[in-house]
Amino acid sequence: MSGLFAALFSVFGWIGSIIDPLCGPVGVFRWFGSGTLLACGDVGWGDEIAYGFLVTASLAIATLPVGLVVGFFIALAKQSNEKSLRLTANIYTTIFRGLPELLTLFIVYYGMQILVQQFLATLGYEGPVEINAFVAGMIALGVVFSAYCSEVLLSAFKAIPHGQYEAGDALGFHRGKTMRLIILPQLVRIALPGLGNLWMALLKDTALVSVVGLPDILRQTGVAARVTKHAFEFFGIACILFLILAMVSSIVFSALERWTKRAEMSR
Amino acid sequence: MSIAETMIPPQAPPPAPPRPYTLSRFIGSVTLGIWLALAVGIFLTVVNGWDPEKFSRYGPSFLSGLGVTLTLVISSIIMGAILSLPVALGRMSKNKIWSWLSYAYVYFFRGTPLITQLFLVYYGLGSFRPQLEAVGLWWFFRDAWNCALFTFTLNTAAYQAEILRGAIQSVPRGQHEGAAALGLPQRVAFFKIILPQAMIVALRPYGNEIILMIKGSAIVAIVTVLDLMGETRRAFSRTFDYQMYLWAAVLYLLMVELLRNIWAWFEARLTRHLKR
Repeated sequence: MSGLFAALFSVFGWIGSIIDPLCGPVGVFRWFGSGTLLACGDVGWGDEIAYGFLVTASLAIATLPVGLVVGFFIALAKQSNEKSLRLTANIYTTIFRGLPELLTLFIVYYGMQILVQQFLATLGYEGPVEINAFVAGMIALGVVFSAYCSEVLLSAFKAIPHGQYEAGDALGFHRGKTMRLIILPQLVRIALPGLGNLWMALLKDTALVSVVGLPDILRQTGVAARVTKHAFEFFGIACILFLILAMVSSIVFSALERWTKRAEMSR
Repeated sequence: MSIAETMIPPQAPPPAPPRPYTLSRFIGSVTLGIWLALAVGIFLTVVNGWDPEKFSRYGPSFLSGLGVTLTLVISSIIMGAILSLPVALGRMSKNKIWSWLSYAYVYFFRGTPLITQLFLVYYGLGSFRPQLEAVGLWWFFRDAWNCALFTFTLNTAAYQAEILRGAIQSVPRGQHEGAAALGLPQRVAFFKIILPQAMIVALRPYGNEIILMIKGSAIVAIVTVLDLMGETRRAFSRTFDYQMYLWAAVLYLLMVELLRNIWAWFEARLTRHLKR
């Protein structure tokens, strides 16, 4: 089993190295950066920055589904008939929309460290504990994303007329089936622009996780800047890489929007 | 007293049917219980770990950090508001060069993280020290606080320009035409007719932008400015007391919630003529 996973990972790694836009066979740094500070391999910083690019993108992509699912359930809780459920969901959003993302990250990072340390101490282990920065970043960003996402989804829920639910009842659908077949497709259509904005914010917030030591774009370029003393160039490259991520995602989101609205287009 | 009431004596209404104990009620109670337990836990750790010496030592520095954060946010918001006016006008102008330039400016500052921009200014401009010294600007960019103010002003100007542009373009065309029909000069029409209506639309996004700036200002702690977050980090690195972060969280939450409520009141007051 583990051999299968290892094989899968090596295959994915090989595919990744082929289509790597920065340091692959057709990468930007490979073609235009050789002989400069951005060369790939041991002579330059190209491959380190390419790795940081990958880490940033994968952190954002890994956080997205977690935040979406949690945010969806919080939006459901906010429009429930049950008072306690509404209250608890509102406490959640008030806290995590009000705290700075950096502070949330520190609270999660150091809080997890203390909790794990205490838990291990009860088991009899008294050593240093290192928390994975990727996991801490994923939790902190996911929590913040879900708090904002629940607001977007709630307003999208409110835009769906009540008759749609009643139509589901009239057809004899179960509540889950109504949600899946009738409400969700409309919800996605309404909420997509708001979710696109949240995705952009998430992408930018990933830069904060470099503060707790995740080797993302900002961290890698920061190390390169400190070693080579070419700070402006390297941080400029970090900015350009984030701009590229933003451009790619705006293209993807406008395509998604077109796709969800394909039924309305011919009218 | 009518005959019906004497024949049928008044009766208490029937008791309300008992609410069924649903799954959502269970989840609600459990999660509320978790929040309550967290609140009690935090309260207990604060009470148990209460150290008057620590409080007298770090309390004033927290307050000064709060002052630094507020000064930074308020001054960058005001300077950004001034700078955003030409950017928004450039974005709407028919001149290709102006509109393209301001579009590029807005796209850059909205598309990259604030922390990267801050590093670009603070560390990046440091590598141009001889040139900056020649121009006589080195004293400004040497200080982390000035760099933070500079970056935040540029950043918030980009966001505020977009808010302003959206608001101005949301004013219906008929208002421009009405002003023109009255023979008002364009400048008077803009400041007396278009801008007041645009500001009402822009009020809520402006409030959001200020809140975003308060939250975003926490990152200046990384470039050694001792704002609220910076003081918290310093206190934590000396005491390793987790409470410091909780205190900072409470202060930030108070700031944001206070501002949110003030802004809601402000908005209700300014739009009271629109209420039906």
